[in-house]
Amino acid sequence: MKSSSHLRYKQQQFGFSLLTIMTFLTIIPIAGVVIYILVLGTPAISWEFIFGFPRGGMREGGIWPAIVGTFYLTLGTAAFAVPIGIGAAIYLSEYAPDNKATRLIRIAIINLAGIPSVVYGLFGLGLFVLFLQFGTSILAGSLTLSIMTLPVIISTTEEALKSVPQAFRTVSISVGATKWQTIRKIILPQALPGILTGVILGLERAAGETAPILFTVAAFFLPRLPSSPLDATMALPYHLFVISTQVPGMPIKIQYGTALVLLVFVLSMNIIATTIRSRARARRQW
Amino acid sequence: MDKNITRHESLITFFIKSTGYSAIVFVGMIFIFLLLEGLPAIQKVNLATLFSSRWYPIEDYFGLLPLIGGSLIITLGAILIAVPFGIGSAVYLSEIAPRWVRDLMKPFIEILGGLPSVVLGFLGMLILSPFLRKLLELPTGLTALTGSILLGGIAIPTVVSVAEDALDAVPKSFRDASLAIGATEWQTIWRVTLPAARSGVLTAIMLGVGRAIGETMTVMMVTGNAPILPKGINDLFSPVRTMTATIAAEMGEVASGSVHYHVLFLIGIVLFLISLIVNITASAVVFRQKKRQERILS
Repeated sequence: MKSSSHLRYKQQQFGFSLLTIMTFLTIIPIAGVVIYILVLGTPAISWEFIFGFPRGGMREGGIWPAIVGTFYLTLGTAAFAVPIGIGAAIYLSEYAPDNKATRLIRIAIINLAGIPSVVYGLFGLGLFVLFLQFGTSILAGSLTLSIMTLPVIISTTEEALKSVPQAFRTVSISVGATKWQTIRKIILPQALPGILTGVILGLERAAGETAPILFTVAAFFLPRLPSSPLDATMALPYHLFVISTQVPGMPIKIQYGTALVLLVFVLSMNIIATTIRSRARARRQW
Repeated sequence: MDKNITRHESLITFFIKSTGYSAIVFVGMIFIFLLLEGLPAIQKVNLATLFSSRWYPIEDYFGLLPLIGGSLIITLGAILIAVPFGIGSAVYLSEIAPRWVRDLMKPFIEILGGLPSVVLGFLGMLILSPFLRKLLELPTGLTALTGSILLGGIAIPTVVSVAEDALDAVPKSFRDASLAIGATEWQTIWRVTLPAARSGVLTAIMLGVGRAIGETMTVMMVTGNAPILPKGINDLFSPVRTMTATIAAEMGEVASGSVHYHVLFLIGIVLFLISLIVNITASAVVFRQKKRQERILS
């Protein structure tokens, strides 16, 4: 009896250490990737690298057009995805009856989230670039990216709306507010931090994606800033792809520098989003 | 004034309702556009060609088998990595780790989920692939295995977060009951908690598969892109090419409306259907589980 419980204890100890090691093996490479790019990318960063235009077949100069391009694309994506995504989330959380149609909406959202990014690229090419004749442009790319971003924004926003206690709605309606007034004045402000987190996480994904913009926006080399939504533009993720695979004799420093700028762009969005979330959780009054 | 409010209100309600259905509209539009551009391929290329094992578009060889095989072998490899590590980490974070370790580690896994795939592909080319080439003495480091390892890493955050939610949702009373009759914590994890969270864990794996099979940039950068039909597990060590990488690499160079263009959209249809099946299966598991829980609780 005693030896069997001893054995079971040993077994547990072994199992726990195994899982601990596996988790660390998962975490360490992630930290490694970030630190590695930080260390090798930092020497490339200079005023000229950030704010300069690429020169000498992109082997010299800076990456300003790619940074600006990614910034515009992220803004454009937000312009379409935020109103539609928040609207859809309000519908699902506040209006939708529990029926077949609503279940179909939920399945559609799950499927949107699962469609491979390159298929979004194909769709954007077929619909926005060719059929609607927007050409390879910021407009076509933003629309493509915004549909890809929608499921993230909808599901996180819905969660935020649903976490507002039912009592808030009951009280507001009982003092004579309409449904929309309740949503606008009571529920949306309460859910705002959660919504912001979802929106930023969605946009983070859009900013880092390459495949959807391959055939809808991205210019291989365009050393000027876009002047209208119908212009093509360079973008950071695509630029990193180009200089690491398509340009022979590319200085490694510039590659790491570009990777670092992209990583900082994306990770700072991630950190802002998670900070908003944890602050709101700490301050929550209910 | 009241009238104004009502009109305003009904306008907004209309907007909200139409955005509510937007997801269905977009999925439908994506499918329709893929069909419109992809189906002509079946008329223009005969089926025997499509199901052959030679992909060489310049000479009109449009065999899809090597591309499908490439996607499958890489996804299989990725799952063999992502499932043990993903589920293992989820169990550790949810059942074993002290609270502060969990709070410290979860953001890291979320960060991995947010790393742009092109950055992982870039590091894969510069670090992982030369490392594997030397370690395994291969002629090239750009192999299916390299892709599998990176895709495993990309699928892990999905697996961890969904599986951890599922484990978290198992009522504490299950664990207490098991511990009370003398089981160790380890036995409780394997015989009570994990089986109770089974369907959520299955969903996690399915979503991980979906994430891996749809990944594009990383595999395009590290797998060597040779359209050779993999025939066995040994082919993990040679270059392959996936469906996603083929679309990404070739769509930029084809004339719109050409046979090649339509075939690339046909591959898009295949990918769309795979993700549809994976995701509907995953969500069906969740729905069934919810129903069963409601039955038990009522």
